[in-house]
Amino acid sequence: MKFSEKWLREWVNPEIDSATLSEKLTQAGLEVDAIEAVAGEFSGVVVGQVVSIEAHPDADKLRCCKVDVAGEELLSIVCGAANVRQDLKIPVAVVGSVLPGDFKIKKAKLRGVESFGMLCGASEIGLVDNVKGLMELADDAPVGMDLREYLDLDDISIDVDLTPNRSDCLSVAGIAREVGVLTGCDLTVWPAEETKIQSTSQLNVNVTATAECPRYVGRVIEGINANATTPVWMQEKLRRSGVRSLGPVVDVTNYVMLELGQPMHAFDAQRLNGDITVRLAKQDEKLVLLDGQEVTVKTNTLVIADDSAALALAGIMGGESSSVGDNTTAIFLEAAFFNPLAIAGRARAYGLHTDSSHRFERGVDPALAPQAIERATSLLLTIVGGQAGPITEVTTEKELPVAPVITLRPDRIKRVLGIHIDAKQVEDQLTRLGLDVVAVDAGWQVTIPSFRFDLSIEVDLIEELGRLYGYDKLPETRPQGTVLTADISEHTLLTHRLQSLLVDRGYQEAITYSFGDPKIQQLLAFENEQGIALENPISADLSVMRTSLWPGLIQAMVYNLNRQHDRIRLFEVGRSFRGTKDNIEQHRQIAGAICGSRYTEQWSQKQSPVDFFDVKADVEALLDLGCHSDIRFVAEEHSALHPGQTARIYHGDTAIGWIGALHPRLNKPLDLNVRVYVFELTLTAVLEARVPSFEVLSRFPANRRDLALLVDSQITAGQIEHCLNGVESDILKAIQVFDVYSGEGVEDGKKSIAVSFNLQHKERTLTDEEVDSLMSSIAQRLEDHVGAVIRS
Amino acid sequence: MAELDSQLQALNEIVALAKEAIANAEKNAELDTVRVEYLGKKGKITAYLKQLGNVSVEQRPVIGKSVNLAKQEVVGLVETRATLLAELAMNAALEAEKIDVSLPGRGEHVGGLHPVTRTLQRVEQYFQSIGFQISEGPEIEDSTHNFTALNIPEHHPARAMHDTFYFNAETLLRTHTSPVQIRVMEQGKPPFRIIAPGRVYRCDSDVTHTPMFHQVEGLMVDENVSFTDLKGILADFLRAFFEKDLNVRFRPSYFPFTEPSAEADIECVMCDGDGCRICSHTGWIEILGCGMVHPNVFEHVKIDSEQYLGLAFGIGIERLAMLRYGVNDLRLFFENDLRFLRQFN
Repeated sequence: MKFSEKWLREWVNPEIDSATLSEKLTQAGLEVDAIEAVAGEFSGVVVGQVVSIEAHPDADKLRCCKVDVAGEELLSIVCGAANVRQDLKIPVAVVGSVLPGDFKIKKAKLRGVESFGMLCGASEIGLVDNVKGLMELADDAPVGMDLREYLDLDDISIDVDLTPNRSDCLSVAGIAREVGVLTGCDLTVWPAEETKIQSTSQLNVNVTATAECPRYVGRVIEGINANATTPVWMQEKLRRSGVRSLGPVVDVTNYVMLELGQPMHAFDAQRLNGDITVRLAKQDEKLVLLDGQEVTVKTNTLVIADDSAALALAGIMGGESSSVGDNTTAIFLEAAFFNPLAIAGRARAYGLHTDSSHRFERGVDPALAPQAIERATSLLLTIVGGQAGPITEVTTEKELPVAPVITLRPDRIKRVLGIHIDAKQVEDQLTRLGLDVVAVDAGWQVTIPSFRFDLSIEVDLIEELGRLYGYDKLPETRPQGTVLTADISEHTLLTHRLQSLLVDRGYQEAITYSFGDPKIQQLLAFENEQGIALENPISADLSVMRTSLWPGLIQAMVYNLNRQHDRIRLFEVGRSFRGTKDNIEQHRQIAGAICGSRYTEQWSQKQSPVDFFDVKADVEALLDLGCHSDIRFVAEEHSALHPGQTARIYHGDTAIGWIGALHPRLNKPLDLNVRVYVFELTLTAVLEARVPSFEVLSRFPANRRDLALLVDSQITAGQIEHCLNGVESDILKAIQVFDVYSGEGVEDGKKSIAVSFNLQHKERTLTDEEVDSLMSSIAQRLEDHVGAVIRS
Repeated sequence: MAELDSQLQALNEIVALAKEAIANAEKNAELDTVRVEYLGKKGKITAYLKQLGNVSVEQRPVIGKSVNLAKQEVVGLVETRATLLAELAMNAALEAEKIDVSLPGRGEHVGGLHPVTRTLQRVEQYFQSIGFQISEGPEIEDSTHNFTALNIPEHHPARAMHDTFYFNAETLLRTHTSPVQIRVMEQGKPPFRIIAPGRVYRCDSDVTHTPMFHQVEGLMVDENVSFTDLKGILADFLRAFFEKDLNVRFRPSYFPFTEPSAEADIECVMCDGDGCRICSHTGWIEILGCGMVHPNVFEHVKIDSEQYLGLAFGIGIERLAMLRYGVNDLRLFFENDLRFLRQFN
């Protein structure tokens, strides 16, 4: 809601300056978003009138004017504006005046002709932006008068960013009511306006949708002059509220809406056919709106219709066919109360948002329509003339909102706000807001006026009291709450711990969008899994939900590779979204991607590129945090990963993630030219932790035995480990692969794997016999399971 | 007597030679040779002792004593020399092992957390330390939890203001972390004291909006919590977060799920409230929204609003991070440019 301060002060005029007024509004919840001067800074501009015009001898587009500014003589001024014409009244910047931007007007020669000043357009004096041509003043503008005085320009526009609950403040009258309460200043009392009925002309109004339209008020005014000019004061007030002047009839309806808060509409009465009906739209009903757009009206939308067709989207926008134009001589004026629920969301459904729909969907005072029609009539008769007919009103009382009656209890005020407000203050404040307050045993019985749609329960009143008391004056206290229990499970790690581990291992954390480009998503997905698509994405490259964190990480990697980084380690913690719209799985994942050299460039280490085992060490470190004992890396295939350098990670029999090199064929589509290694793990699996369980320390020496095994080259360390994990022995404490060799000395198709065994008994020193016996059973087992030949 | 004198004279000569030889020994091996030469079984001092047979019985004790003294002296000199040689050898070795300590250390550099995570962790740490637990909810939400249960019925103007990403009429990306309030209250019994950090989404992208950002929701439900407590908790938090005794101002505002509702502004941390570009020359920066839980919200989760009161708040994490670290462009948070990210290491 944007309005001129002077306009507001016509309604309520507290003795405070503009800054204090603005501060008070903000502190009361009517946040002042902007304050701006209603005109640029200028001086010396006066009202002038063009007396004569001659062509410029040397320039086609310039004219030499004689201009009357009520000085001793006429001024000769050269002007290039297209709309300059004889008798026109315009702002004249005489020699010595200063225009916005400290632009001083001096005597000048334009193509050899002397010019004593400048005829001004509205943009040149900072009234509006980017308007060409001279500003045309009213015929009755007094020649010679200072323009600032004539237009009353020493004023500001205040723009209040209203929250959707405060529809009562979407008018100057409403803001004034609020300012009255905030400052204790009385409102101006306006004399009642009574229209003299001079015509019998009337239209029948049928309301079939009474729930949607509980009140409809209309009036015919005949014999108007739609070509009349809107008075300067009205044009200026509209302009200062950010509303363009569109002719006197529309201007008056807009003016009344801004002044009182009642959206109105004027139909060209001669373009109507028969009665007015307020009804829900019929199936496939079409309507061309004022903005030229043709819409197919949905059946949940209220329309104003005549006997042949829908004329307007009720409370949203009028139609083109019945709109008021220059040739209009009779109008049908409408002021109605449409139920907020009947308007809410409708304008949006047609891609519209109008001043009218904005107000109706938030709530317009149902009592206002008759008053607004009288006010508009009075203004119209003054401006466009004509004869007013009698008012037609259709009100369905039982459909009008019922004024809530709320019980307000003093102890509840204290409990919610945390402070005591004394009874007199409660009554005084609420009464000033226009509420009807009656003291009862429980406290008060408060009846809400029709203009407040936001007050329906006790706590709404408590908020009003807090607001008027001043949130700033309320103390800051600390709650005296119940002491709660806390969860400090040792079975679950904190995500922070995983993040710290990766950070300590040189990773940089990234946060990437949860949605992305379907093409990239698909390239990196498992088995080309499709991401769930958004219905209304912001752009095509942010249109599907990620099924893994890799697309974002890889894109961040490419972004940085393109900016001269070559060694990159990134990780992210976030959700992946899989399944279908009806069955969405959104699990938290932790994922990483690395590329470049193994170490940061350094004087003491030879550079070599990262490989699978670098990223595997990071993954193992993550998994070690929870002391998982039964983790397996199993060679499996993933459509986005290198078939020979990929493992699926299992915890017991549950797959918990993937690790591998990106498939080289993705380099080109992803714009990569380096080998990238990635991992992704289900976060909950990594966060699971084993609670340590103490085991008595053995006082007896441990034995180490090594075995060198000759196996087929396809046999993996994992298979050997798996085989050895099956050995049942109390004394076998640890197994470690410590060498893998193939080449000279080992026959083709074979490889040598060296394994160490750590043996220890809890209660005694091991004997050679039992160690030998265990080792030979292990050797036998290896031979049986993986065909190993013991080399030593 | 002359005999004795000449005997002692001979001993002194041996000792003098030994001294010289010891002093000239430059290496352990040389010193060892000297030691054997004088003190060994076939050494000079031993040989000297052997020829004492010629000396008279009376003179023997005198010479014997002198020989012992001489022997002790030579032993002592050898030891001293050995210690000195060891020290010299150590020094030489140390000198040879000297390195350039100004060269950088070997191994991995430490990476860093994203500034949003860093900020979230501080917020979480603060609220955990005053007794709040961390809760989570889904990012793809249903419209009931995101809107209806929060007292934002269909067609409410507030729904339109949320710029929601939809999957279908019922399923959407949560526009705020407030639905976690509902989930927590549905699943438990009051009192509650939780914060819910996480990603939220709005269909809006320009210089000051990214389609994804982070919030922390806070909820405290108990028999006696009031609006002044809400003010206290949040003002304390803001001062702790910015480590500064800031002015904090609360203004009435509107959220369908709280009543009374407020927005909190802090004194601009860039200009200390004097007015600058960051605070649009007002001296104040809007930092969070909050209020007392609306009775309709309690009703939805079957909590008796006569018995319990609740306070709730929602804080934008990127905004906190921008103000805390002076970041001037929101979009940087999601570009993941290493030059940006590494500034927070």
